[in-house]
Amino acid sequence: MPDSFAAGFSQDAHTEAHNPALLHHFAQPQQQRDAASLGMWVFLATEVMFFGGMFCAYLIYRLWYFGDFAAASKTLNAGLGATNTAVLICSSLTVVLAVWAAQTARRTLLIASLILTMILGLAFLGIKSIEYKDKFEEHHVPGASFSFDREPIPGHPGQYANPRHAQIFFSLYFIMTGLHALHMIIGLGIFLWLLIMAWQGRFTPEYHTPVEIGGLYWHFVDIIWIYLFPLLYLIDRHP
Amino acid sequence: MSAPSKSSPLKMYFSIWVALLVGTYVTYRVASIDLQPFNAAIALTIATIKATLVALFFMHVKGASEKLTKLVVIAALFFLALLLGLTMSDYATRLWS
Amino acid sequence: MANPLPQPVERENYLNKEYGVWSWLLTTDHKRIALLYLLSITFFFFIGGFFALLIRLELLTPAGDLVQADTYNKLFTMHGMVMVFFFLIPSIPAVLGNFLVPLMVGAKDLAFPRINLLSWYLYIIGGVMMLHCMLTGGVDTGWTFYAPFSTAFTNTKIVEAGLAIFVAGFSSILTGLNFVVTIHRMRAPGMTWSRLPLFIWAHYATSIIQLLGTPVIAITIVLVAAERTLHLGIFDPKLGGDPLLFQHLFWFYSHPAVYIMILPAMGVVTEIIACFSRKRIFGYHFVALSSIAIAVFGFLVWAHHMFVAGISIYAALVFSFLSYAVAVPSAIKVFNWTATLYKGSIHYDAPMLYAFGFLGLFTIGGLTGLFLAALGIDVHVTDTYFVVAHFHYIMVGGAVMGYLGGMHFWWPKISGRLYPEGWARLAALIVFIGFNLTFFPQFILGYMGMPRRYYDYSHMPEFQVLNVLSTAGATVLGVGYLLPMIYFLWSMRYGKPAPDNPWNAAGLEWKTTSPPPTFNFEEEPVVTWEAYNYDELDAPHPQEVPVAR
Repeated sequence: MPDSFAAGFSQDAHTEAHNPALLHHFAQPQQQRDAASLGMWVFLATEVMFFGGMFCAYLIYRLWYFGDFAAASKTLNAGLGATNTAVLICSSLTVVLAVWAAQTARRTLLIASLILTMILGLAFLGIKSIEYKDKFEEHHVPGASFSFDREPIPGHPGQYANPRHAQIFFSLYFIMTGLHALHMIIGLGIFLWLLIMAWQGRFTPEYHTPVEIGGLYWHFVDIIWIYLFPLLYLIDRHP
Repeated sequence: MSAPSKSSPLKMYFSIWVALLVGTYVTYRVASIDLQPFNAAIALTIATIKATLVALFFMHVKGASEKLTKLVVIAALFFLALLLGLTMSDYATRLWS
Repeated sequence: MANPLPQPVERENYLNKEYGVWSWLLTTDHKRIALLYLLSITFFFFIGGFFALLIRLELLTPAGDLVQADTYNKLFTMHGMVMVFFFLIPSIPAVLGNFLVPLMVGAKDLAFPRINLLSWYLYIIGGVMMLHCMLTGGVDTGWTFYAPFSTAFTNTKIVEAGLAIFVAGFSSILTGLNFVVTIHRMRAPGMTWSRLPLFIWAHYATSIIQLLGTPVIAITIVLVAAERTLHLGIFDPKLGGDPLLFQHLFWFYSHPAVYIMILPAMGVVTEIIACFSRKRIFGYHFVALSSIAIAVFGFLVWAHHMFVAGISIYAALVFSFLSYAVAVPSAIKVFNWTATLYKGSIHYDAPMLYAFGFLGLFTIGGLTGLFLAALGIDVHVTDTYFVVAHFHYIMVGGAVMGYLGGMHFWWPKISGRLYPEGWARLAALIVFIGFNLTFFPQFILGYMGMPRRYYDYSHMPEFQVLNVLSTAGATVLGVGYLLPMIYFLWSMRYGKPAPDNPWNAAGLEWKTTSPPPTFNFEEEPVVTWEAYNYDELDAPHPQEVPVAR
C-alpha cells in the first residue's frame, strides 16, 4: 500500500508543517504511516498466535475423536455458515473499496462503503446469533444442560457419538466462534469511529492511515472465519 | 496492484471477490461428496487459497513497498507452525512405544 | 555533600517540565512512563519478596510450625505469580527499556506514546486484580496453575488470578509492539542496524517473544476460565480432555518467558561490560544475532518442563536435544563478554560489580539448566530444590542482577543525580553474597532429594542445616535489596548533580543532558560513529567531557 502514495509524498513534503494529523514525535507523515501500518501487522501476528492456541486444541481433539467431532459438526447449520462466509467476503470487498475511496478522495463512496461494511458485519452477527439460539434450544451448549444422546457417527451405522467428546467439540465451537464474534464487535466499533471521522471529512489522499489499518484488521478477522467455516461446519458432511 | 497509483484497481478487487465467493461455494458443495480423507484436504486447500488471496490483494501484501510486511506474515506463520508442529510431535508419537 | 546546596538554575528537563499528579498520570512521555513502571514494579517486588520471606521462615525448621499447609501453598503460588508476571517480565523492558529505547535509537519518543501509557494502565489494572485476589484468599495451585487441579479441584480464586495475568499480558504485548515499531521506524539518521547498541538488539529479541508468546498464555487462560466455570472437559481427563495439552500451551509461553526476563538483562550487561572495560564489544554481530537466536530457539524447547508428565519419549528426546541447542547462543554471549574483558582497562564501579555477578551467576544457572535438559538427570531432580535453585540463578542471579546493574548505570541519566558509589559497591557485594548463600544450598538440597513446594520436612531433619543457611542468606539478600532503594531515594534529594556523561560512555543516551529534555534531544542527532567507539572516546581530544570520578 505505501507505494501508492509514495509518488505523492515528495509534493506534500512542504505542507508537513501544517499537517494537523502529524504527531510531534514523527519527522515526516510517511514515517507515521509506516509506523502505524507496521504496528497493525505486528498486532495481527499476535492475533495469529492467539487463535493458534485454539487451533492447536481443535487439531488434537479432532484427531482423537474424529467420529464424535463429525457427528457434532453435522448438527451445525452449514447453510448458515456458508452464508456467513459469503457475507464476510462481501464485507471485505466493501472494505477495500473504502480504502480505495479514501485514497482517491471519493467521500461519498467512502462513507457508503463504511456503512455497507457495518451492515454486513451486523448481518454476520445476526446470523451467528440465530445459530447460537438453535444450539441453545437443542441443548448443545456445554454445561449442566448439555445433552447429545444417540447422535449417529457419520459413516458408521449403529454407532453413536460419545456426548463428552461432542461436548469438547461444542466447547471449542463456542469459544472459537465467540472470540471471533468478539473481534467482529470490536471491528464494528473501529468502523463506527472511521465513519464518524469520514463524515467529518478528516480523511484525505495524504492522510487515511486509520482506514487502511482498520481495513487490515477487518480482513484478518475475515481470514480467521475462512478457516473456521470448513474446520467447524464441514468435518464429515456427505450423506 | 503492479501499477502503483493512478490505474484503478477496482477490476482486480471485484475479480478477487468473485473468486472468493466461488471458493466458498465449491467448499460447501464438495463437502457433501464422500472423498474420505481428501474432504479435509480439499477444504483446507481452498481455505488457504482464499486466505492468501485476501492477504495478497485485499491487505496489499503483494504491493507492499518493502519486505518487512512479508517478514511479519512469514514470522507469524512460522511460529504458528512451531506451536502446532512441536505439540503434534508429542501427540503423534505418544503411542509408539 | 549532605547540605542541600542552593540549586544552580536547572535546565528544563522531563522531570521539572510539569508538576502535579495529572502531569504524571496522563503523561505520554516514555521517560515518565518508565518511572511510573519503576514505582509499580518495585511495589510488587516487595510484595513478592514478603511472600519469599515467609516461605524461608517456614523452612527454617523441619516441622510445619509457622503456617498451615494451605497457607504455605498460597505463599509459594503468590510469590511465583507476583514475581514472574508483575516484576520480572516488566522489570527491565518496561523500566529501562521504556526509558532508553527511544534515547538509544535517537527518537523523540516511542512510536505509539498513548499505547505506551495504556500498557501501564493495563499493568496497574492487572496488578490491582492480583492484589484483590491475594487479599480475598489467593491461589494455591503453584504459579503454573496446572489443569485439571486448577480447573476442577482447587477452590481458590483461579479465574480472578488468571484474568489479572491476562490483562498484564496485554500490557506486555503492547510494550513489545511499541519497541518493535520504534526500532524499525524511529531510528535517527545514520543509526544503522549494525550501529545499534546491543541493548536494543536484546530488546528487539525480547519483543518478538512478548508478541508471539504472550497471546498463547492469554488463550490458555481463557480456556482455563471457561473450563472451570462450565466444566467443559478440554483439559479434564475424566471428561475426555488432555491435561498435557494445558502444559503444552502453558509452557509454549512460559518457557520463552524466561528469555523475556534474561535477554534484556543480557543487553544491560553488554552495555556495562563494554563501558567499564573501555573496549568495543568483542564480536558485535555474534552478540546481536545470538539475541535473535535465543528468541527463536527459546520457542523450541518448552516440553523439557514436561519430561516426567507423560509426553512421548520420542518427543522428549527431540526437546532434550533442542534444549542443549539453546545453550549455544547463550554461551556465545558469555564467551564474547569474557573476550571483551580480556586486556580491557577494567573499572570496578558498582554497575560493573553487578555485571560480574551476573556473569558468574548466569553461567551457573545456565550450566545447571543443561543438567535439567538431560532426560536422565531431569527425572532424578524434577520438582526438587535443584530446579528451584536453577531457575533462581537465572531469574534472580541473572535478571535481577542485570536490572540492578542497569539501574545503577543509568541512574545519573534517569534522575540527574549521582548515587553514593561506596554504598553501591557494598550493596552489590551484599547482594552477591546473600544470593549465593540463599540458593547454592538449594542445589545440594535438591540433589539430596528435598522436594519443592513442601512446607514440612520433619521426616528428613538432616535437611535443616542447609535450609538454615538458605534462610540466613535470604535475610542478607533482603538487606542487599533494601540498600539501593534507600540510597537511590536519598540521592534524588542529596546526590551530587550528574554530568551528562558521568561514565564517559558511548551511546546516544549519553549525548543528551542528564536528565534528558522531554523530547530527548535538543536537535535531531545524526549518527556517524560505530557502536561502542571507546577507542575514540578515550583518545585524548579536548572537547570530550572528562570522566567524572
